[in-house]
Amino acid sequence: MSYRLAQGGRLINRAAPQTFRFNGKSFTGFAGDTLAAGLLANGQMLVGRSFKYHRPRGIVASGAEEPNALVGLGSGNSFEPNQRATTTELFEGLVAESQNHWPSLDFDLLAVNNLVPQFLTAGFYYKTFLQPRAFWKHVYEPIIRRSAGLGKAPAPEARDPNRYEQIYAFCDLLVIGGGIAGLQAALSAAQAGARVVLWEQTAHWGGRAPVDGVEIDGAPAQNWIETTLAKLAALPNVQLRLRCMGAGVHDHGYVLGYERVTDHAPDLDAPRHRLWRMRARRIITATGAIERPLSFAGNDLPGVMLASAMRDYLVNYAIAPGREVVVVTNNDDAYRSAIALRKAGIGVPAVIDARAHATGPLPEAARALGIRVLTGKGIRKVKGRKCVTGVEVCRIDSKGTAYTDTFSCDAVAMSGGWSPVVHLWSHCGGKLLWDDRGHFFRPDPSRPPLGADGAGFVQVCGAANGDLGAVLEGAHGAGQKAVSAPLTPAPAQEKLESEAPMEPVWIMPRRAEYDLRTKMWLDFQNDVKVADVQLAAREGYHSVEHTKRYTTLGMATDQGKLSNINGLAVLSDALGQPIPATGTTTFRPPYTPISLGAIGAEARGATFQPLRKTPLMDWHAAHGADWEPVGQWRRPYTYLRPGEKRHDAVNREVRNARENVALLDASTLGKLLVRGPDAGKFLDMLYTNMMSSLKPGACRYGLMCTENGFLMDDGVVARLDEQSFLVHTTSGGADHVHGWMEDWLQCEWWDWKVHVVNLTEQFAQIAVVGPKARVLLERLGGMDLGAQALPFMGWREGKIGGFDARVFRISFSGELSFEIAIPASQARAFWDRLMAEGADMGIMPYGTEALHILRAEKGFIMIGDETDGTVIPQDLGLNWAISKKKDDFLGKRGMERSAMQNPLRWQLVGLETVDGSVLPHGALAVKAGLNANKQAITEGRVTSSYFSATLGRGIALGLVERGPARMGEVLSFAGEGKTRITARIVDPVFYDKDGAKQNV
Amino acid sequence: MSDLATSALPGAEFSGFVQVREAGLHGMITLRGDLASGTLAAALHNATGCALPAQRKVTRAEGFALAWMSPDEVLILCPYAQAPALVATLAQALAGEFATVANVSDARAVFTLSGPGWRDALAKLCPVDFGAMAEGDIRRTRAAQVAAAIWVSGPQEVHLVCFRSVAGYMFDLLSTAAAPGSEPGLYA
Repeated sequence: MSYRLAQGGRLINRAAPQTFRFNGKSFTGFAGDTLAAGLLANGQMLVGRSFKYHRPRGIVASGAEEPNALVGLGSGNSFEPNQRATTTELFEGLVAESQNHWPSLDFDLLAVNNLVPQFLTAGFYYKTFLQPRAFWKHVYEPIIRRSAGLGKAPAPEARDPNRYEQIYAFCDLLVIGGGIAGLQAALSAAQAGARVVLWEQTAHWGGRAPVDGVEIDGAPAQNWIETTLAKLAALPNVQLRLRCMGAGVHDHGYVLGYERVTDHAPDLDAPRHRLWRMRARRIITATGAIERPLSFAGNDLPGVMLASAMRDYLVNYAIAPGREVVVVTNNDDAYRSAIALRKAGIGVPAVIDARAHATGPLPEAARALGIRVLTGKGIRKVKGRKCVTGVEVCRIDSKGTAYTDTFSCDAVAMSGGWSPVVHLWSHCGGKLLWDDRGHFFRPDPSRPPLGADGAGFVQVCGAANGDLGAVLEGAHGAGQKAVSAPLTPAPAQEKLESEAPMEPVWIMPRRAEYDLRTKMWLDFQNDVKVADVQLAAREGYHSVEHTKRYTTLGMATDQGKLSNINGLAVLSDALGQPIPATGTTTFRPPYTPISLGAIGAEARGATFQPLRKTPLMDWHAAHGADWEPVGQWRRPYTYLRPGEKRHDAVNREVRNARENVALLDASTLGKLLVRGPDAGKFLDMLYTNMMSSLKPGACRYGLMCTENGFLMDDGVVARLDEQSFLVHTTSGGADHVHGWMEDWLQCEWWDWKVHVVNLTEQFAQIAVVGPKARVLLERLGGMDLGAQALPFMGWREGKIGGFDARVFRISFSGELSFEIAIPASQARAFWDRLMAEGADMGIMPYGTEALHILRAEKGFIMIGDETDGTVIPQDLGLNWAISKKKDDFLGKRGMERSAMQNPLRWQLVGLETVDGSVLPHGALAVKAGLNANKQAITEGRVTSSYFSATLGRGIALGLVERGPARMGEVLSFAGEGKTRITARIVDPVFYDKDGAKQNV
Repeated sequence: MSDLATSALPGAEFSGFVQVREAGLHGMITLRGDLASGTLAAALHNATGCALPAQRKVTRAEGFALAWMSPDEVLILCPYAQAPALVATLAQALAGEFATVANVSDARAVFTLSGPGWRDALAKLCPVDFGAMAEGDIRRTRAAQVAAAIWVSGPQEVHLVCFRSVAGYMFDLLSTAAAPGSEPGLYA
């Protein structure tokens, strides 16, 4: 069992104890501990259950690569699953729980999966649950869901109370990784004057060097680290940032950095995470290397740890992994752990070395401390159920049928060599080389990720580059090269013991039999074993990407940081080919998972999306507005009076507009100023009808189509003067039509002299509608609005009641109507004035639903209701708005295609139900019989349907096959289920067909 | 009728690690045309006293400023009440040119950010290298999900211009970005 030593621990502050809870139990750690260190200090080696087999699992690593120690952190609104204990800094009051256990961590019923070795092998899901088909949904899936999985989601009603943010930054050189290589690279580049940023994912600078006992310039590495940091901090062109992980490298030097600002101190009033969106001219990754496990039976038992991690816990946190530790290795580096453990007074019964000889300075130093070294041996199996009780040792080249030695121990340190962290190099296309000495993939400097200039924009230095010995010289050169500084000799040198080459051991022992191979874990998090990968190979999975998905190797939250190389070595061996021929799976961002909060950043709550407000929105809100979203605007659907139902409010508003005077906030309408000598010619191309013939002072309704002839937008165009037109678009179409115009002007007709200025927000637009509209406006005075002075489809500019106004005599309701454009800043005052002046006339505002009903009663089409991207103007009986005089306009040719000329096209008609009810919106008209697909045969659909308060019955517009030629016919519309609603085809203009009411 | 005119968020203010303030009504005129035209430059100089700005620059004279917007567009800043008359003056002076003058004062909202941390606050919203921006510079960019123009108007002050309809969203964004405790320590 692990425990805290009485002395030591370079990162902990023994004067600052911190209390935390794990699975409801209270523990004490120290400031500076990680949660993993805190758990180990308290002897808590069992931290979770495995994904498929529910095997007991302990902490295996000390950093981002940890596959096992995933916990649920926090509670309630702050609960977050799958947090790595090894990268979670301890704080007072931390609450954590283990995952994937049922019912408890110590006693897990589902560990029964573990008793049947063939259960859940590679491809198990695909093979086992095919039949009977119905069983998958009702039997297999519920059981597997309970059994498998990592963590649980926060409660559905939980809301994260933390804030998050993103930030954009720029630099000449971004160095990722603050070990001694990264520090040196940053300093060398910064001293050449470059703008340098250095990120380190942990809370400490210097990486492994202090733990490994590296000496720099004759002194402990820590001295050099502190001096270098001081030099960097003194430079104004350097930014240093701890707890900031380089998450992903993307094209054009775009790098995401994940800064965990308050994870270690949740009481700080600051954003929890900050996502850096960095543009770097050049990038150096100094991301170090990750030690590989060895594949021996029982290598997943709690107490089996990476040798380097054990050294980390010992040196950084003064934690002993156990009282007796057996070290198993294929390289010299693991002897550092053996030596450190022994020097700390911990028993090291043996170092099991797979190599035939171990005679370098490190093995000799271990022997000098009295540690027994067994060469040419490996671990046959680890003994114990929930914790290590001992190991059986066998010859490395044997089948492992019998052991040669046994040792009692309560922990095993394993070292299978190192894998450079090449993820960030690879994200954007950097290629890898297989290194025959170190037996790992390392970056191929001749094939870097390429930037826009064709040059590589990422360099690698330190252990990430495969330099497992001295790194400072290479880092210095990389830093200077990255910023094109003249190269100088390295300013510092480190001293390391020389190491003999490692010897690859992918399976221990090398000819292990099946029962051992089924207990050799490759991917701890996803429960993938040596036998699974070998089975996949036998079943024909030769591609590493296919094997990954078939076996789930490397597919968990750790993305195979420990399992990748071991897995593909086993696969290569099974396929009888060298590892580089197998290749690796693709490294994709992020390096470790980043929070959704950081991705969403400020886009939540009030700032989730821009909410566009007209100048009158506050008035609407104060007067019962029942909102409906219209693009990013929100418009009143209706104005509810106290106790009033929606339907009643809408009917009241409709009747009032027909009988009295009513106001509509039409400010969201698009208003584009189109100006220039060629403006008329331009609009003739954009609209189906003629606009160039329009006279100043007059308005014309027009249709805009796509090149294919489909109706895209409509609205009223006013000619302001010889060169100027004001184009009104639909509310939703304003930005699109503006972009559409600029597209044609910039890309096709670039020599036409036309400017487009978007004035949508310059003016509020208020429609004054109803028989009393003119009387009301005359009360305000200032402009002659008589039928002679301002005829229908005319506009005038002037003052009304002292307000700057442009009045358009246009009507979308069929009533006498004035649409008044007012500078946005004056709109509220003008609206208030109208409401006050009209009070005795019964003035009321009306919302979008009344607007729709009023226009539908008049048979006016609405873009998006009567059109859906497949409708041409001719379908809507708008032939009158298509010029026959013009040689060309956008959509003209499209309308001439045979499908558009088909006489059977569905065309606009009015629809009245026989019983006066309201047709369901979108209902289809069905004929007797079925088509070849056994579906009902349809001959039309409802495009708009309302209760008409004016007529006291349901009215609808619809598109019906040959509709206008079938007036009076009764159609059958499909309702809910099998119900059918009969409706008669009628004229689409339901009210005041002659237009008497608007022409007064 | 400018006495009846109100800006989008009159008096809105937020004190964080920078001061955010809605700056009230500003006169703004869009001028599109050939910026190489001598007539255009002369008309602008006569009307405002400002020289034509270079790319991404703002020029100033008493009460007026000209901001470069694009290769064929400048924005004229003036007192709110003077905008209509200035539009008329410029339209007349440019009658023979292919040029468009439009009053856009009411289409916009203006915020000022003051304090040494303005770059740090805006860096959270805009993909801009603010380290490369000095007094007299202007950038058209976006702030989170909406368009914005940022003019460095003083040693520790910027004007941010956005569409009037999103003034509320912008104010919330700026207040969030400037919230105490969230200083990123990037520029300041």
